[in-house]
Amino acid sequence: MRPVVPYVTAALLFGLGVFGVLRRRNAVLVLMAVELMLNAVNLILVTADTTVRAQLPHAGQVFALFVIVLAAAEIGVGLAIVLQLYRLRASVAVDEVPLTEAPTPVPAGVAGVAADRSAAGTTGGVDGPEVRG
Amino acid sequence: MTGADLLLLALGAVAVGAGVLVVSTKHLVRAGLYLVVCLGALAGDYLVLTAELVAWVQVLIYVGAVVVLLLFAVMLTRAPIGASDDLDRPGWPAALIGGGSGLGLAVLLVDAFRWSRVELPTAGTADRLGEQVFRSWVLPFEVLSVLLLAALVGAIVLSRPDIGRPGPVRSATPAAGDEGGRA
Repeated sequence: MRPVVPYVTAALLFGLGVFGVLRRRNAVLVLMAVELMLNAVNLILVTADTTVRAQLPHAGQVFALFVIVLAAAEIGVGLAIVLQLYRLRASVAVDEVPLTEAPTPVPAGVAGVAADRSAAGTTGGVDGPEVRG
Repeated sequence: MTGADLLLLALGAVAVGAGVLVVSTKHLVRAGLYLVVCLGALAGDYLVLTAELVAWVQVLIYVGAVVVLLLFAVMLTRAPIGASDDLDRPGWPAALIGGGSGLGLAVLLVDAFRWSRVELPTAGTADRLGEQVFRSWVLPFEVLSVLLLAALVGAIVLSRPDIGRPGPVRSATPAAGDEGGRA
């Protein structure tokens, strides 16, 4: 077995993952590209397990299993964040996320004081103004 | 070139080709389905590399759970069904960085391993792997179970709007009731 074949496959997959993370605008597609990168690392670990003699046997495969579990946890939390973003902004484009303003569009004090002003102003704090506008 | 080499080459080509389609297709749902092809080819790679347990865990968790979750997210965010043009940024820097890192890593690994030859170990490593997991790596294994629990609780807290925001939610509760009354 020539170990260079799976190693080069893993390197190319990692490059594709980096490209996808930087290129895509949709947050779900960004998560898919992150999965590509994690799988490239897994392939490196499994190939190293069969080709490099280690002190503990099968440490590479154990690490690959751990990375798979970590990827499952990551995708769960990541999708929860993406769905919350969609609920707030009605869009999952990662370059339209404002990083400099507060996460809720209406601040707490304003919402409490102006609760009687209009129902539209306060429900904007829950749904986001973009949904309504 | 032995049979294992040819299999690894073919599966690697399938994986890389499907990966290219994942990061370049204009259909959101098709990106998820190409991801299935890519992950399945990688599971075949693991089988050839005598890592059967990792291969089947890959099929179970990645192809079975992660891709289904991603497709759920595609549906829940009301993604367009057909081709859409606004999925990509104009991407010369992305191509530069991604291609540079991928090809750079490939050159490094080719330089490290050249065209050397390694004998594959005998197949059937699942029992030895389980022995290792429950002997040398049992503490990280247990920590991972705590991490999965934390991720579960975190996902629930993130997706329920009435947990974890004490100030604004309570003041907005009558407004929500008002909205319900108006509707």
